[in-house]
Parts: sequence; C-alpha cells; structure tokens
Amino acid sequence: MNTPNTSGSSLESQAAKFEVDISSRYRTDSIFKTLTWLAISIALLVLATLIVDVLFDGLPFVNWDFLTNFPSRKPERAGLLSALAGTIWVMVTVAVIAFPLGVGAGIFLEEFAEDNWFTRAIEININNLAGVPSIIYGLLGLQVFVRVFGPNGWFYELTLAIKESVYQLLVEAFGNNSMLLQWVYGLLTDADGQITGVDITGGRSIITGGLTLALLVLPIVIVSTRESLRAVPDSLRLAGFALGATRWQVVRDQIMPMAFPGVLTGTILALSRAIGETAPLITIGALTFISFLPENLQSPFTVLPIQIYNWVSRPQKDFHDLAAGGIIVLLVVLLVMNSTAVLLRNKLQKRF
Amino acid sequence: MNSEPTRNDSLWQPDRQASRTSEAIVRTIFGAFALVSVLTTIGIVGTLIFEMFEFFQEVPFWNFLTDDQWTPLFPTAEFGIFVLISATARTSTIAVAIALPLGLFAAIFLSEYAGPKTRQIVKPLLEVLAGIPSVVFGYFALLFVTPLLQSFIPILQGFNALSAGLVLGISITPLVASLSEDAIFAVPRSLRDGAYALGATKREAIVSVVLPAALSGIVSSIILAVSRAIGETMIVTLAAGQNPSLGLNPFVPIMTMTAFIVQVSLGDTPAGSLAYKTIFAVGMTLFLLTLVLNIFSFWFVRRFREKYD
Repeated sequence: MNTPNTSGSSLESQAAKFEVDISSRYRTDSIFKTLTWLAISIALLVLATLIVDVLFDGLPFVNWDFLTNFPSRKPERAGLLSALAGTIWVMVTVAVIAFPLGVGAGIFLEEFAEDNWFTRAIEININNLAGVPSIIYGLLGLQVFVRVFGPNGWFYELTLAIKESVYQLLVEAFGNNSMLLQWVYGLLTDADGQITGVDITGGRSIITGGLTLALLVLPIVIVSTRESLRAVPDSLRLAGFALGATRWQVVRDQIMPMAFPGVLTGTILALSRAIGETAPLITIGALTFISFLPENLQSPFTVLPIQIYNWVSRPQKDFHDLAAGGIIVLLVVLLVMNSTAVLLRNKLQKRF
Repeated sequence: MNSEPTRNDSLWQPDRQASRTSEAIVRTIFGAFALVSVLTTIGIVGTLIFEMFEFFQEVPFWNFLTDDQWTPLFPTAEFGIFVLISATARTSTIAVAIALPLGLFAAIFLSEYAGPKTRQIVKPLLEVLAGIPSVVFGYFALLFVTPLLQSFIPILQGFNALSAGLVLGISITPLVASLSEDAIFAVPRSLRDGAYALGATKREAIVSVVLPAALSGIVSSIILAVSRAIGETMIVTLAAGQNPSLGLNPFVPIMTMTAFIVQVSLGDTPAGSLAYKTIFAVGMTLFLLTLVLNIFSFWFVRRFREKYD
C-alpha cells in the first residue's frame, strides 16, 4: 500500500530529519518503554486498589450470619440469603437454557450448515448481538417475557380467548351437561373453577430473568462451541465418514467428546458473565428488597449484584460496608467459577 | 478348516432410512437453535421500533431533538434526548481518554516488551480486571475514587461524570489492550526486521512500522470500546448520579441514557404509560448509536486491513 516516495527533494528532507545521535534515540526508547510499563502498572494498580478497598471495608461483615440472613433495614442484621438463593435459581435457569441452545447452534453452524448466505447472515447476526449493550436485552425481556408472555399479557389474552371459544363451541355442539363438557371444563379451568389464560413467565420472575440472561450470553456459548469444534482436526471426521457413520453420529460419538472441555469452559465463562449482570435484571423489574426465598420459576427474585447495588445506593456508611461484603462474596463466586474453567481447560483439553 | 467367510445377510446391515431420519431431525432442531439468535435480533429491533413508534405518537420528534430539558416524569414534561446524550458523551469521552493510552501502551508492552514469564502473569490479571462486574466498579467509583478526587478538586460533587468516566475507562482498558495486542501480534516479524535493518531502534520500529501496520485493528478496538462505554450502565448509574443536565461540565451530577432506563425501571411503571414508552425511545437511541459504532468497527477492519502472506 505504501509506495516509497522516490522524488529526490523529499529524500533529502527525510535525510535531514534523520537523527544520527544514537544515544538520544535510545533515551527516547527507554522513556517509551517506561511508558508502556507504566500503563500496564496503572491498570493493575487500580485492580489491586479496588480489591484491597473492598476487602478492607467488607471483610469484617462477611460471616455465617451475613450469608444466612435476609436483608434488613438494620445493617447489623442484614444478610444475603435471598440474593444468594436468587442468583443460584437464575444461574441454573440460564445454564439449562443457554447450554443446549448455544451448543446446538454452534454444532449446526460448524458441522451441518453449508456456507451460504443464510449461514453468513446468522454469523453476522451473532457478532452484532455480542455488541448490543446488556440493558437493551433488559428492555427485550421487559417487553417480551414480562408483558407479552406474562400475567394479563398478549399471550394470556390469546389463550383465554381460545379456551373460551372452545368451551362455547362444545356447549353449542353437545349441550350443557355432557360428560365430555365436564371433562373439558376441568381441563380449561384453574383451581377456582375460572377459565383463565396461560401465564408462562409470571411477570418479573426467575424464569424471565433466566431467559433474558440466557439470550444475553448465548453468543458467548455459540462462539466458544464453534472454536472448540474447529480445534478438532478434520482427519477424525473423515475417519468417521469412512467407517460409514453419518454426520450426526460422527459429531456425537467422535467430535463432541473431544471438544467437550472447551465447550464446558466457554459455558462456565458465559455463566460468570451472567452472574455479574445487573442492568438487564433491574430493567425487567427484579426486586431490590426481598425477604423470602423463591419457591418456583415464577417467583419474584433478587440477585447478588442487585442487592449490592441497593446497598451502595443507600446513604448510610454501614450499608456501603455491607455492599463491600456482598462484593467479596460475588468475587469469590466468580473466582471459583473462573478457576474451574481454567482448570478444566488445562486438565482435559487434548492437543492435536 | 474353512476360513472363507460365508455370506450371511443376518450380519450387520445399515438402516439407512433411520440414519437419514435422525440426521434430518437433528439438523432441524439444531438449525432452529441457531435461529434463536436471529429471533433475538428481531425481538430487540421489533420491540424498540414498536414502542418508539408509540412514543412519537405522543411526543413530537422535533421536541425529542431540540428540547433543552429532560423531565419526562414531571407534569410539564420535556424530552430533550441531547441532555442524556451529553451526559453519555461526557462519561464516554473521559473513559476513552483513559482507555486509549492505557490499553494501547499495555498492548505494546505485552506484545513487544514483556517476556513470556511476565505475559503469563499479566494477561490473566487483565482478564480478571475485564471480568469484574460493573456494579463493583460502580461501588469503587462512588465510594473510593470520588472521595479521593474531592481532596484535589474541592468543587467536585458527590455524583459526577469525572470519577464515573475514569473508572469506566479502567473497566474497558482490558478490551482495548487485548484486541490491540491481537492486531499488533499479527504484524509479521519480517516487517520489524526490515525496520531494524534500516537502522531503526525498537521504539522507531514500533511507532513507524508496527503500529501503522496494525492500525485497522487498533482503531476498531477503540471504536468497540467507545460502544461499550456508551452502553455501560451500573458505573454511571451509581457514580454519575440521576440528575439530567445539559452541557460539558464533568464535575456535576448527570444522567446518562442508561441511568435513565434504570431510574424508570426501579419505579413501578405500568405498560402503556408514557414513561414506559420513553425508556424504549431512549433504548432505541442507545441501540442505534452502538449498532452504528459496531458496524463501523467491522467495516473499518475489512476496509483497511493489511494482509501479509
């Protein structure tokens, strides 16, 4: 691209600029090197300061009671129990949804799909999704999972209308007292004998949060699955085909076992991203103060980062220190997850 | 002794039809899974456009662009989106002013100066920094950086763009560093050797040969960092405040686009209310800004990448 400039006058002016004094050039070099060293040191120093600051403020608060108490208006009695439980519920939901979806999509794109416009469109789409701010996923969850599929939402109204018209049709066709009608009526009604629509998510619930975060981390799972599959050499696939196995048999019995450590590592890293997410869950309306444990997927919930946010945003110093305690717990959970991922990567991954 | 294998049809026979069926089933299911990502995009764009449309039924587009106040929750509501954009611009500009030199120099250090041992320690530490949840950075900005800065800058208020921007900058530094390092790493050795052969010192080789060769990757990493800074939520919500103000002053409380969405979401906002529609209009603005930046970044790499083979 850069064609050398050959005109004589320019060469001369370049030559005039040439600094012969090598010792001053080396001095500039060492300053430059110091600057690069300084940059990395500043970044790591901030990391160290952050961790020391959090430990200093929060460590006195981290004890068994802190983990097993509900949040409270009195800082000395406040704990993390509901946030911890909520985080575990949401994370299990995310894993159950994102793992099969992401791995399946990754296998499809890497092993099954032909290289055509459709596949390329999906790839570009996944790249773009990875760059969408997380709070936008919160807006998606709010509209789709809370409003459309939630209580009294569009889907509720639709199913209600369908059920009512089915009931009306049966009444007209078979009369009011037939056995069939009694049986269908039992199927259509809730415990109170009312015909109701179907409320899938229960509104601002664990399943809503889990679905929202699952969509958020899906690109990470897909990309890491594809990378792990790509690392398995083609010779193994060809050997499988030569023995008469179908593509799916090769993937299931030969390729996936090889790629699995990488897939698992990617999934754990995706979950560790999800566990620290605050903004999308606030947007879908997760509660900030909750003093009961979730009972099912449709229960309201809070998670660790939201509890921390709640404590930080209060004016009293004691709550700030509680927040630091919560941060310590969150960071320990993250540390455990990430080191598991690294260990898995190092122990199980085969080199080809 | 007859070693000749006798032909026996009861031996293994492939059930080709079953194979074909299961193959087709798996292919369909996994293809449907891949479509979920497309559905997600459609869901995001559809949701934002639908609610934004509703919003502009009530608020004229012209007011959205030209009002100089942002008071959607007050009785005399005004909807000047540039009040929020000016706040996002303040925190993002400060953040990039921090992340650009730190990330770029860190990338140069890692790829050019650090030995393998140092790399082995420093790279995972940068990954740790990248993995710190944003609410933790928010805590740090509000309760450590702001008090620290206030001892130097007395006029600095408790909530301000400066400390939010500084910490935001630190939080996106690993992104700039790792993407720029990839770009620098991809520059072939022969180019460096050529520079040395012409008598360049190490710094001269880096500044005048390696960095220009890696420029497309570096620029795209910075654009992605800007996009990340614009969409960041918890740091700016916690440390920069919830007080819409137009202007460029980094010392006063401000409200970014993301902080507004959080503020409305924390209250109980019924669907169909104007406030509910407003967060989607703000979300659409945010989405468009980051989308344009992301596309620009991809385009830039493709357009200006130097290929060495």
